[in-house]
Amino acid sequence: MEIFDLTAHELSDLLEKKEVTDIEITSAVLKRIHQIDGDIRAYVTITEENALHAAKNVHERRNKGDALPPLAGIPMALKDNICTRGVRTTCSSRMLENFIPPYSATVVDRLLENSAVLLGKLNMDEFAMGSSTESSYFFPTRNPWDIDRVPGGSSGGSAAAVAAGEAVFALGSDTGGSIRQPAAFCGIVGMKPTYGLVSRSGVVAFASSMDQVGPLTKDVRDCALVMNAIAGYDPLDSTSVKRNVPDYTTFLTGEVKGKRIGVVREMIDDGLNPRVAEVFKKAVNKLEGLGAVVDECSLPVAAASSVPVYHIIAPAEASSNLARFDGVRFGYRAVPEKGEKYTLEEMYMKTRGKGFGPEVKRRIMMGTYVLSSGSYEKYYIKAAKVRTLIKKEFEQAYERFDVLITPTTPDLPFLLGEKVNPLDSYDSDKYTVPVNIAGLPAISIPCGFVDGLPVGMQIIAPAFREDSLFQVAYAFEQNTPYHRERPPIKRRASEEKAKGSDIDD
Amino acid sequence: MTKYEAVIGLEVHVELRTKTKAFCSCPNEFGSEPNSNVCPICLSMPGTLPVLNKSLLEYGIKAGLAMNCEIAHYCKFDRKNYFYPDLPKAYQISQNDFPLCRNGYLDIEVDGEVRRIGINRIHMEEDAGKLLHGEGKADYSLVDLNRGGVPLLEIVTEPDIRTPEEARLFLENLKQILQYLDVSDCKMEEGSLRCDANISLRPAGSSVLNTKVEIKNMNSFKAVQHALESEISRQQKLYETGGEVVQETRAWDENTGKTSVMRAKETASDYRYFPDPDLVPVVLNDEMIDEIREGLPELPAARKQRFIEEYGLPAYDAGVLTSSKELADYYEECVRGYHDPKKVSNWVMVELLRLLNTNSLDIKESKLTPSHLIEMLNMMDKGTISGKIAKTVFEEMFVSGKRAAQIVEEKGLLQISDEDQLAAIIDEIIAAHPEVVEDYRKGKKKALGFFVGQVMKKTRGKANPQIVNKLLLARL
Repeated sequence: MEIFDLTAHELSDLLEKKEVTDIEITSAVLKRIHQIDGDIRAYVTITEENALHAAKNVHERRNKGDALPPLAGIPMALKDNICTRGVRTTCSSRMLENFIPPYSATVVDRLLENSAVLLGKLNMDEFAMGSSTESSYFFPTRNPWDIDRVPGGSSGGSAAAVAAGEAVFALGSDTGGSIRQPAAFCGIVGMKPTYGLVSRSGVVAFASSMDQVGPLTKDVRDCALVMNAIAGYDPLDSTSVKRNVPDYTTFLTGEVKGKRIGVVREMIDDGLNPRVAEVFKKAVNKLEGLGAVVDECSLPVAAASSVPVYHIIAPAEASSNLARFDGVRFGYRAVPEKGEKYTLEEMYMKTRGKGFGPEVKRRIMMGTYVLSSGSYEKYYIKAAKVRTLIKKEFEQAYERFDVLITPTTPDLPFLLGEKVNPLDSYDSDKYTVPVNIAGLPAISIPCGFVDGLPVGMQIIAPAFREDSLFQVAYAFEQNTPYHRERPPIKRRASEEKAKGSDIDD
Repeated sequence: MTKYEAVIGLEVHVELRTKTKAFCSCPNEFGSEPNSNVCPICLSMPGTLPVLNKSLLEYGIKAGLAMNCEIAHYCKFDRKNYFYPDLPKAYQISQNDFPLCRNGYLDIEVDGEVRRIGINRIHMEEDAGKLLHGEGKADYSLVDLNRGGVPLLEIVTEPDIRTPEEARLFLENLKQILQYLDVSDCKMEEGSLRCDANISLRPAGSSVLNTKVEIKNMNSFKAVQHALESEISRQQKLYETGGEVVQETRAWDENTGKTSVMRAKETASDYRYFPDPDLVPVVLNDEMIDEIREGLPELPAARKQRFIEEYGLPAYDAGVLTSSKELADYYEECVRGYHDPKKVSNWVMVELLRLLNTNSLDIKESKLTPSHLIEMLNMMDKGTISGKIAKTVFEEMFVSGKRAAQIVEEKGLLQISDEDQLAAIIDEIIAAHPEVVEDYRKGKKKALGFFVGQVMKKTRGKANPQIVNKLLLARL
């Protein structure tokens, strides 16, 4: 194994034993980025100098004998909707192509307090709207398991970077599955925490009532370590919840005996790719074999209504959240040709017309529509009511079960350009979206492969029961080999190019 | 001819004097350098989030209680969406369907009668910034966001107001109460109190509600009254000539004394209100509300009543002295140091208010403090200065802020109480006017006043009037 293949806790152990230095780790991962990011295209911005400087700093403190946290010296990267002071934060949009925030998100401050090393900013679907990272204004990101396929989205850059060894871990954001779906597509671990557990301050909002930041990691222990660093109350976010955050690593017992696990019936139905279903079934059997009590569970409302509810509430909030990008104070502004003049209204329209891509505009229009008088009652209010029903349905299910499980996605990673109809793309979130609507925590972990493409299993817990997620996820992971697989960085159609860039063989 | 009555409702926006803005920790200050009281939050930079300033809530509850409102146990914030460069988020955080306060009222006195004006609701929101349009032909506008995010209360009355004068009186009462609560300056000229009015006419005694017109752009209480008067006659003329009042927004022009169309109803905006997901609903219990209720200061009406009872003042005096909290506090500070409340009231109401008025000063700016006045009154009681001299001393204290004793000494204004000195002067005057002495002795008692006047003239007002009287009587 190369340095870039290792997990944060493995590297932390090596650092502890002085078998490697902080500088060597960061240099190795930077080298990896230079070697393969031309194929993967995970990074929008690479902060190489800052990273080396930070690594040197940690190295010196370590040499002085300072007590350092487990993430110290671990190179990581951030989805590009997470603000970083002095480092441009683009949301993969023309609108913010040159936007450099004068502040950092709370999650960034917390990672830096833990002495993690920032490598750069990762590609995403524009303003986190999408499931493939193809709606990025800059370029699409590729799936390291098959670079003709998408890495998922919207945190596709985050998932691809971690899977390909271009970052030891990454943060993403998840509004309808944007951490879990790309984690599943790239064969890694991705967690969406309970709404309110991780601060949203400094994270560019998509749909405020559902957005949560979470880790994308190579294994479950790393996920717990990152959660330890980022979770907890933040006075800058009114929706963050005041409660004590436990040490999540204490739930990594490897024990699931007696855990009551519900398999959501409606999510292993017709819409599921049969080969994914097969892999998922094996995973369920595995859990049962480990002593979990598995039964079927039904969530009819959540299964039938989550996607429509999501596509009313999320665009409604987005239409308002993205209204601030008006060309007045920051970001892109359309400038008139010589001799031409814009009225205020023209400046607004041209700026937003040129600054936003088609998917963002589509959602702003949908959101504006569902909020306008005449539609508000019919759509927004109704969706809000169904949302309450979905929450209740989950609550009832948790009277019988400790956690629920589903495949993370109904299908395997698709080819770039394959999904042209936005509705197809919306459907690929159908197992993950209910979780955001109900504000629950969920994790996606690797549970097998189909033709060399990874399959993810989603575990969903009651609010603030991340402990259950960690317990079940870790037990499964420790009894299966999938998390140790590393992607070939290959193009199936053209083996030539793959060989040129694959330094791993 | 039909007699008409007006149906008037007011929408008042009041800027609150919290230390910091509504949803960030920028200072809430008037008159700073443009864009100096701003931060990423009130500039609405990407990723920033609002956090409610607890003082906004507290001030809102205070105002609601003072205006006899029900305080909601559950209220929430909504987004009012529209694009304009003075609104950096392109939505205003406001309250739509669950406001903080509802169903209150204010009693106002009109021609000696009490009129109850209903308060429909009071809600919390944030102010927008200010646009400075390029001068002359300049094709740009500048944006100053110092005011952006400053906390506001919007107070909406029921359509209970019947005359423009009532509207003005309502606003004066409202201002008085909010100043007593110390939640707002209520300076219409600085924009810390803004008022829009809705008005329709109907035949007197009828209960129909006709088409209403909204009037904006009034920047004084008098302007509100005048604009409404002008609008009443405009609407009346329309009804009388078979015209039609259309629903629209009209702007008051102080110079022409007329209103003109600002925008028609058809172009009314759709604000797409929805609950702000960045702010959690506000849940209040009785205990929290009662705690604020107990901390409320004495309000103007109650204080006026107490002044009448406790200090034996006429209702008029009590009304004037309690018209502002500062003036009432000033008065009471004087009364604490001096035994005769009525005498204090005369000096404050007549002399002090006159001087403040002619110098356009606020009571807070007065160099003449209660202790100045108390010292002067005591000097009068001891006979150190006469009442006449006191007026001179008072004016001098007002101008220079010097103490009475110092002024008296510097200007040689000490009262002459020395009997020998006065006797000499009196003898001289009596000798010079034998015919007046004659008149007096024949029973023309008014002649005494002539002699007193002559003594005062000779002593430039410094003679002790009691001693002068005594000496004169003895001699005459």
